[in-house]
Amino acid sequence: MEVFATALPALSDAFAMILQPHVIGYLILGVVMGLCIGVFPGLGGIAGLSLLLPFMFGMEPVTGLALMVGMVAVVPTSDTFASVLMGIPGSSASQATVLDGFPMAKKGQAARALSAAFASSLFGGLVGAAFLTVFILAARPIVLLFQTPELLMITIFGLSMVGILAGRVALKGLVAACLGILVGTIGEGASSGALRMSTYDMPYLVDGLKLVIVGLGIFAIPEIVALLRRDKAISDRAPLGGGWAAGVKDWWANKWLSVRCSLIGVVVGVIPGLGGSVVDWIAYGHTVQTAKDKSGFGSGDVRGVIGPESSNNAKEGGGLVPTLLFGIPGSGSMAIFISAVALLGTGSIEVGPSMLKNNLDFTYAIVWLLALANVAGTIICIAASGGIAKLTEIRFALLAPFLFMIIAFAAFQSRQEIWDLVALFGIGLLGILMRRFDWSRPAFLIGFVLAAPAERYTNQAYQIGASRFRRGFEEGIDYIFSPIVIVLIIITLLSVVIGLRQAKNIQAEGTVAAGSKRAPVVFLLAITAYIALTYWNAAIIPDFARMDRVFPVFVATVALIGCALLLVQMMRADETSAIFADREAEGADDNVHGLWATLGWFASLLVASALVGFILALAGFLLLFIRLRAGKSWGYAAIYTAVGIAFICAMAWTLNRDFPPGLLQAYFDLPWPLT
Amino acid sequence: MLKKTLGALALTSALVATQSVADGHQIDLSGKTVEWIIPFSETGGSAKWANFYAPLLSEALPGNPTVVVTFNPGAGSTKGANAFQEMEYEDGTTIFGSSGSTQFPYLLSDPRVRYEYSDWNVVLASGTGGVAYLPPELSAQLGDGGDASALKGEDFIYGSQGATRLDLVPLLAWEMLGLQVEPVFGIEGRGDGRLMFERGEANIDYQTSSSFLSGVTPLVEAGTAAPWFSFGALDADGNIVRDPTFPDMPTFKEVCEATEGCETSGEQWDAWKAFFVAGFPAQKMVFLPAGAPDNAIATFTEAFAAIQERDDFAEISKARLGVYPQLTGDAAQTAMASATDVPQEAKDFVIKWLSDRYGVVLQ
Repeated sequence: MEVFATALPALSDAFAMILQPHVIGYLILGVVMGLCIGVFPGLGGIAGLSLLLPFMFGMEPVTGLALMVGMVAVVPTSDTFASVLMGIPGSSASQATVLDGFPMAKKGQAARALSAAFASSLFGGLVGAAFLTVFILAARPIVLLFQTPELLMITIFGLSMVGILAGRVALKGLVAACLGILVGTIGEGASSGALRMSTYDMPYLVDGLKLVIVGLGIFAIPEIVALLRRDKAISDRAPLGGGWAAGVKDWWANKWLSVRCSLIGVVVGVIPGLGGSVVDWIAYGHTVQTAKDKSGFGSGDVRGVIGPESSNNAKEGGGLVPTLLFGIPGSGSMAIFISAVALLGTGSIEVGPSMLKNNLDFTYAIVWLLALANVAGTIICIAASGGIAKLTEIRFALLAPFLFMIIAFAAFQSRQEIWDLVALFGIGLLGILMRRFDWSRPAFLIGFVLAAPAERYTNQAYQIGASRFRRGFEEGIDYIFSPIVIVLIIITLLSVVIGLRQAKNIQAEGTVAAGSKRAPVVFLLAITAYIALTYWNAAIIPDFARMDRVFPVFVATVALIGCALLLVQMMRADETSAIFADREAEGADDNVHGLWATLGWFASLLVASALVGFILALAGFLLLFIRLRAGKSWGYAAIYTAVGIAFICAMAWTLNRDFPPGLLQAYFDLPWPLT
Repeated sequence: MLKKTLGALALTSALVATQSVADGHQIDLSGKTVEWIIPFSETGGSAKWANFYAPLLSEALPGNPTVVVTFNPGAGSTKGANAFQEMEYEDGTTIFGSSGSTQFPYLLSDPRVRYEYSDWNVVLASGTGGVAYLPPELSAQLGDGGDASALKGEDFIYGSQGATRLDLVPLLAWEMLGLQVEPVFGIEGRGDGRLMFERGEANIDYQTSSSFLSGVTPLVEAGTAAPWFSFGALDADGNIVRDPTFPDMPTFKEVCEATEGCETSGEQWDAWKAFFVAGFPAQKMVFLPAGAPDNAIATFTEAFAAIQERDDFAEISKARLGVYPQLTGDAAQTAMASATDVPQEAKDFVIKWLSDRYGVVLQ
């Protein structure tokens, strides 16, 4: 009761603060800016907030907040465009949306998929805000219950989603996930700083690969290349009627699914340390597990869009809990948010425990600004979705260079080195091959995302647990097997069992015909070789840094056993078995262009960038691609190039970024944007 | 649009805050963009610090250039610092913000370090302090003056970012006090360390001053944490004295004196003090690149000095920076010298200690 006595007046104060015309105006300005940034894959809230930061100093607190919250809130809404229309995960929040959203777009149902996604996003956002209003006052002790063993179990639960996304051959999915984990451990170990698969001579790898690059490489590049080879529009048939209204109806028909996934989003978002990168996968797994008819998943079931999209906006609300309660950012964009709030007004408001006590009205203002921003963002997105969905009817050869330009730019933001592009290309190649031989790319990505938390929490739980056991056996057991851990173990086991039993029915990436034996075996051997190399590389880490050795060695061992079993199966199975899946065997009729020729275009962009810098290389690439590959006139190509270059320069200028320099720039000082 | 409007606003306010410029010994930066390179990500403490100063610097520099903070993270800041080492002074539009995490690898001869502080030109040195705290039940066992003798049998867990980072200073301090502390590595920021303490997993922790004020003070009020000692501050003669932000707390030196077996002389103490001085009283510094002329150094020095003379500086800086000296000119030079010129014996001691105690070999 006492809680409500303080909460209700603060809540009404908060509404009085928000519902002023100029505050709403700033909110909508923030929403529009957020939508513009979120539409581009790879550019998330961090880029947007950094853009706003210089203006925050001394701004009236509530207007500054409106601007920032407006921007942060809609990024997970607008990134759906890229996921659904292009098959490119717009940000870590919408990776799972790709699985069913993109096949829907291919079937001419882009507008329906988009509006179902937006309706779910809106609902999730509102659930998140409502939950937060009540929960934030009581959350502190609950959040503190999640100690390291609990965090580890949630990470493992996230990893168990691999089970359901493993594809037709479960072993391949397992090896793909292990490979993702091993790629995630590249660089300096978190415990002792031992190097894994990297050397100080190549500083780029020491920090490991970033999610932006791996996400874009593993999903976006293979899709772009595959579409380019077919040389048609994304949607292979005329758009279906109904458009956006159909999507909203879909959402209404699945409203309970949406409720459940929103709650998943809030709960996982609340837990600090995991961020939001697993939420959409857990929601997707839940959606599939609870559906009666599972046959459509992966080839365009609208529920596969509604689930993850309900969770990812709800997660933003949940993610505010650690940020507001403890002053600990749940994500990169929240970290900037914290430092931006400190710049507002007189700087007297600081995000953290004191804010909840002294500025509860302000806290509620943040929560409900978030909800309002979701409403505004969704309305704008639904209104725009019909028009933007038409992109799927454009001939892809005209869209692809533009997409590739944006992806390369986004990847370059990771470390601002030419190596970003090399890494993107390398991971892209892996993605292309995994797609070709039907190795689960979602499983790889889940492994990558969870590699760092899995290793960190394993080591920490082990260390702290050992210390508790030194104090007493009972204390150690109580620490490791808390009630929450036990519940999570049961859920994980159930999820794995159900997942494996059903994985055969769920073809997350559609069916793939089998071809000859040779190519799939060669690919498997290449992967085995890499894993063996990782094993050896980790095994030689000396004893004093053993904490950095155990995890990669363990994962590589599991993967090697998986590879060995696969090899045995391959020797026994005949050519038509699913284990030899090879897209080259089925796509021969559709593909106008060869794989290597298509890839050669992008490789040449990379090489040219290394020589003359990104902008000059891009100009040449756009011009030649449109002229030679798309077969347009020189005039058309020149205009296309000019527009593309102007666009990317405007974007870089606004975000205050440079482009990758090449060898030329090492010898000559050129003016921006050529630097 | 927004950029322009706010830019105009900044300009107007700058005109109001009149400047005494244009007497020849200053460089004019009107119409230019000053790039402030931070070798960390957008989310760290250095980002906060630079974002605090950037708009103020824009107002204080002659010609009111736009000041943008850019981030070049990687390899614990050595990547950005190496890149800055490659730069030469052009027109005063590039400055660099270093931190304790840039200083320590330099002092410890980390193989990745290719930069040399003495090539750079310091124009600002910002200090901070640190406070160690305990759970109340352990704090109750402390003897007079923070005497740690009663805690020697306790099994301590400490969430650490890594033994070669700033955590070196508290880790060495625990060891000098004779505590059995097991560091749990791999946390991503000191905030995560505090969370680990709040969850009851860690039972000893430290925070820098501003984080202590905002994050731990509420815990102290709620009775779930008790401050133990501050690392202290330096007086004009280089002696460790009580931290002005926490005058009621004993310093580590006092606690060490009160605890049996902890010596405030000898090579261990000298090494601790040297690394404390390198890490805290001049933790974050702003540099112009090699080859900067005197008038450029003077321009930035005066700008940073002018910022501190603002009437509202004490108020706006308190929450962001804590009450610590923001040194310019000769004082900044002295601070940089003491932060980067650690006696060889202290370096050798710490390098050996890191390798014996944590197996860290910096080769």
